[in-house]
Amino acid sequence: MQKDNNKIINKLAKSDYKYGFYTDIETDRAPKGLTEDTIRFIWEKKKEPDFMLDFRLKAFRHWQKMAEPTWAHVKYKPIDYQDITYYAAPHKKPQYENLDQVDPDLLETFNKLGIPLEEQKQLAGVAVDAVMDSVSVATTYKKSLAEKGIIFSSFSEALQDHPDLVEKYMATVVPYTDNFFAALNSAVFSDGSFVYIPKGVHCPMELSTYFRINAANTGQFERTLIVAEEGSYVSYLEGCTAPMRSENQLHAAIVEIIAHKNAEVKYSTVQNWYPGDKQGSGGVYNFVTKRGICKEKNAKISWTQVETGSAVTWKYPSLILKGDNTTGEFFSVAVTNNMQQADTGTKMIHLGKNSRSTIISKGISAGNSNNSYRGLVKMSGQATNSRNFSQCDSLLLGDKSGAHTFPYIDVANKSSIVEHEATTSKISEDQLFYSLQRGIDMENAIGLIVNGYAKDVLKKLPMEFAVEAQKLLSISLEGSVG
Amino acid sequence: MLSIKNLNVSVEGKPILNGLNLEVKDGEVHAIMGPNGSGKSTLASVIAGRDYFTIEQGEVTYMGKNLLEIPPEVRAKEGIFLGFQYPVEIPGVSMTNFMRTAINEKRKHQGLKPLSGAEFLKLMEEKKKLVKIESKLANRSVNEGFSGGEKKKNEIFQLALLEPKLAVLDETDSGLDIDALKVVANGVNMLKRKDNATILITHYQRLLDYVIPDVVHVLFDGKIVKSGGKELALELEEKGYNWITKET
Ligand SMILES: Nc1ncnc2c1ncn2[C@@H]1O[C@H](COP(=O)(O)OP(=O)(O)OP(=O)(O)O)[C@@H](O)[C@H]1O
Ligand SMILES: [Mg+2]
Repeated sequence: MQKDNNKIINKLAKSDYKYGFYTDIETDRAPKGLTEDTIRFIWEKKKEPDFMLDFRLKAFRHWQKMAEPTWAHVKYKPIDYQDITYYAAPHKKPQYENLDQVDPDLLETFNKLGIPLEEQKQLAGVAVDAVMDSVSVATTYKKSLAEKGIIFSSFSEALQDHPDLVEKYMATVVPYTDNFFAALNSAVFSDGSFVYIPKGVHCPMELSTYFRINAANTGQFERTLIVAEEGSYVSYLEGCTAPMRSENQLHAAIVEIIAHKNAEVKYSTVQNWYPGDKQGSGGVYNFVTKRGICKEKNAKISWTQVETGSAVTWKYPSLILKGDNTTGEFFSVAVTNNMQQADTGTKMIHLGKNSRSTIISKGISAGNSNNSYRGLVKMSGQATNSRNFSQCDSLLLGDKSGAHTFPYIDVANKSSIVEHEATTSKISEDQLFYSLQRGIDMENAIGLIVNGYAKDVLKKLPMEFAVEAQKLLSISLEGSVG
Repeated sequence: MLSIKNLNVSVEGKPILNGLNLEVKDGEVHAIMGPNGSGKSTLASVIAGRDYFTIEQGEVTYMGKNLLEIPPEVRAKEGIFLGFQYPVEIPGVSMTNFMRTAINEKRKHQGLKPLSGAEFLKLMEEKKKLVKIESKLANRSVNEGFSGGEKKKNEIFQLALLEPKLAVLDETDSGLDIDALKVVANGVNMLKRKDNATILITHYQRLLDYVIPDVVHVLFDGKIVKSGGKELALELEEKGYNWITKET
């Protein structure tokens, strides 16, 4: 038993990050460090409206008074916020109409990632807004979306073209005072995505964005804002991979979603930041604040996430179910391997009557990693007849990894029901041997078992992403075939 | 096909097989009987390549190759099948997915093209009929929630799908009702060819009413102490193992 276990662990530990490379695109960068001047630099570079300078400076001043949170079940070296470059943009930044105009290095990067733009464009109904080094460099399908009044653009463009909409909604779900990393992001964020679906419009295609961190030592601060007007629908996908790094990289994003009456937003992420080497050095720190609000009656938001990357993850996509009869969902698969640490989960804040929420969290820990689920379900006094169901499962590979569950439940009315189920299981020696005996090698066997375990979440992903996510689970767990 | 010479196997320093010899030729059916704890499943596991046993001494040759040097998944792909005494449950992994992976891995090893989804489903249907396994079992996760007998039938179903050269069935007949026993026996008989072989590990001679063995062996204390024809099984059923152990 022991011997086999060690074999599996060693095999898994051999797993190297497959996307370890970075391209050499010239960047236009801010000097290292963070002062009010840095913020003015960013604001000027991006030629933003005046309200943005005010917002950024307020956030910065607030951030200076805050302390980094320490409550998460993760350990990492202190971050020197003065040793980070807060702005880097590709040198040339035109919006490309066709691929011939795109920097060949960039195309090469996408090709290595297995996401050639040509194919992405052809992929039925997927619009790709590729973000590289904080600035959007390629956008497709824009025209057909525009015909329906849908806005799908980089955050910077939205600030130029629709400043009123941005001003109206930005920071209404995640105020800059929310937490340390949210304040930092609000002060220095460089770009991200903006989505606006007008009243009654059903967005005809999946909106998809790939993010990459590319410039050495550049903290990445993305900001995404999605607004779904009354009776509208959108499915939004975000995926990312990052090249191999020697220094830790900070990633502190904000995602805000606003769903009005009868609107539905699906937000799916396949996340694969560089996790660091086998000793755990060099990986990305992913400290993200994601929150949505079901603002009025019958609104629905779901988060689906597949997390395989990052050295340290701190991420709790949450929902405020403010309207009556609103629905919130959280489906998550989080994989940790080698020295990775993840503290992730969700918060469901029920404020409206008859609101419903579902949480399905599947943690998979291998190597020496640590995987924690942290979830809060809160039923306020007004949220009568509301329900939550939570299922939190942990799967352990080997005996050096850890899984932890921290469920917090707070119910302030008598008619609401909160159910919580949790299981912990292990991939057993007998299961692996049974598979080997049928001619299925260790990697395939682990892939089958893990994908079976995560099935309930994977099936929530749009088809083409489900396939990608399955591959990703296999890549991150199975080692590079020894 | 399989030749075992002077096999000595231990686990955690405790000897389990002590100088075991066995010759299995193409086309033969061998039955191995023996008291609980005598080492039957250990022998089966060693043939399949389970690695927590230590091979202290001896040789195992399969189709002219040193079997002990071949990793378990390659043994499987080269035609060795073990019907487990205690088949394990693999929740979340459908039988279809599992067996399709197994078959296509084997085909890859043989330099054949993988079966398409449709071809595989057709093959499943065919084999389901052959072993009279209910459709709903084949649609569930591997052995999950299967009754004891259903698990055994599922082993025969997998045997039928994989068509091994050498099948080692470890008490696949235990816990089966009489109809299921016939199904198992039928499966073995139908898959019998001139170029494959079967080792049946069993406690009951009733299986041997349906599958006629060429040789019956008695395994005792880690070695084969007696071999004979089908009548040996009857004799054992009548007299138990005592008379043999006294003899040796
Ligand atoms: N993994 C193990 N660790 C320790 N002892 C073991 C292990 N596997 C087998 N043994 C021991 O080896 C001996 C032979 O076991 P084995 O399972 O081969 O017997 P068997 O002949 O198949 O018995 P049965 O008829 O009950 O199935 C037993 O004493 C058993 O306890
Ligand atoms: Mg046994």
